[in-house]
Amino acid sequence: MLDIARDFLLANGQLDVERIREDFPILHQEVNGKPFVYFDNAATTQKPIQVIEALTHYYLTDNSNIHRGIHTLAERATAAFEATRDKVKSFLNAAEREEIIFTRGTTESINLVAATWGNQYIEAGDEIVVSAMEHHSNMVPWHMLAQRKKAKVKIIPMNDAGELLLDNLENIITSKTKLVACVHVSNALGTINPIASLINAAKKVGAVTLIDGAQAVSHLDIDVQSLGADFYVFSGHKLYGPTGVGVLYGKRSLLEAMPPYQGGGEMISEVTYEGCTYNELPYKFEAGTPNIADVVALGSAIEYVLTIGKKNIRQHETILLDYATKKALEVPGLQCIGTAADKVGVLSFVFSDVHPQDIGILLDKSGIAIRTGHHCTQPLMGRLGIPGTSRMSFAVYNTIEEIDLAIEALYKALRLLR
Amino acid sequence: MNTINAIQDQIIEDFELLDEWDDKYAYIIELGKKLPAIEEIYKTDTYKIKGCQSQVWMHSTLQNGKIYFTGDSDALIVKGLVALLIKILNGQPATDVATCDLYFIDKIGMKQHLSMTRSNGLASMVKQMKLFALAYQTQS
Repeated sequence: MLDIARDFLLANGQLDVERIREDFPILHQEVNGKPFVYFDNAATTQKPIQVIEALTHYYLTDNSNIHRGIHTLAERATAAFEATRDKVKSFLNAAEREEIIFTRGTTESINLVAATWGNQYIEAGDEIVVSAMEHHSNMVPWHMLAQRKKAKVKIIPMNDAGELLLDNLENIITSKTKLVACVHVSNALGTINPIASLINAAKKVGAVTLIDGAQAVSHLDIDVQSLGADFYVFSGHKLYGPTGVGVLYGKRSLLEAMPPYQGGGEMISEVTYEGCTYNELPYKFEAGTPNIADVVALGSAIEYVLTIGKKNIRQHETILLDYATKKALEVPGLQCIGTAADKVGVLSFVFSDVHPQDIGILLDKSGIAIRTGHHCTQPLMGRLGIPGTSRMSFAVYNTIEEIDLAIEALYKALRLLR
Repeated sequence: MNTINAIQDQIIEDFELLDEWDDKYAYIIELGKKLPAIEEIYKTDTYKIKGCQSQVWMHSTLQNGKIYFTGDSDALIVKGLVALLIKILNGQPATDVATCDLYFIDKIGMKQHLSMTRSNGLASMVKQMKLFALAYQTQS
């Protein structure tokens, strides 16, 4: 059905980015009369034609409601939907396919855990540990849970470079800790966090771990078994897939013990006027008709990423990030925010005399899409003592030439603003 | 004193001389730089127009039935847009401010700043200025 080209590499072993760009129709347009440069990939990635075709193909040929239909199309739709579950299982190296729950995205995955596992197991006086650089989606659900349960949220601090400080960890992750929730890769800084160490520290005190992989899955190889994470969550749309679909990975023992999230069709085993019994995993957590088409297309996105290879993607993005950082640091007055030794994909910066919003507006006039503001990490911005940053974030289809265009546009913006 | 529409028309005419987007923005940025600062006592949450990215403060007074504004922003382009609005609405009768149609925004190519994503954009500033005017109308 899908024709994913097998050869994405040049003779020198580097990615054939021009070939990859052919798969992304959206990149080939002008914005405000200038060639479009998309550097807002940490917000959402663009979709390859293979993903768009998977969506179209599903609606053109297979659309049916899944799981209980006895007709041919229902079987085809069910097979396509469940095939993605298998792909996600291998993608994360989960032990079992039943440990993969489809959600609307990272935010819903985290809220699901907070509302079910959290409600059941968090008690007054318990502690929930998060890092200083969480996205609001991995902060607010825990604050809400802590308020409901009279529990406490504790923060793992970081240094000015944007690296978590682990030397005092035994005083933060203690016998009172019930949950450690941490972002794998920071959306605002690009820092790759030492989640293996955090998971180990959590295990020593018997705490459950949840890793927010929203910014990690498109750049890094993920192996939930070797990491030992209890929960791992991500969104499809940051992985070259569609919006409105995400994944909650959970260890079977935990998922089994958790109460259901929403009630409705699909998640029940038997319903009487008096009550009901719940379906087995993973359906217990997938009430109602799921987002079938987008789940199917997520499968194509995963295939696409695996065909190119995460190692190749990471290598290419590192070249881009290093070049962009070097060029950015030559710009008078520019200060990089997030200078961790181990980072990926994100260049955040500020000027003492220029507001990020002005940079964002003027770069857009030059056809360059970046993100400016607090990046949904207000506590982090508070810690850094800045209202926000300008952020360029890179993906597999970006090029050195695009960075040159963006830096040129940045100089132009500064000439206008200073 | 020119009417709101006469001043708008003059601004539209000025902008017609500016062909390129960078000239238009340079003009707005210049207005922002020249805008007299708002008094520090008004740079508080009470006078802040709530938004996502940049901060905007707006204060007004009524003298002899006419409304006078001061405003400020920590972002320069937004500050320039504040300056444009003040240029048009300062010294106008409260009734006129409350009911005016600010068609210049579209005509000078700044309509994108009205959009939802720029939640601190022109739309919330215009709304706040009209709310001030409405409040003065009910007072008088």
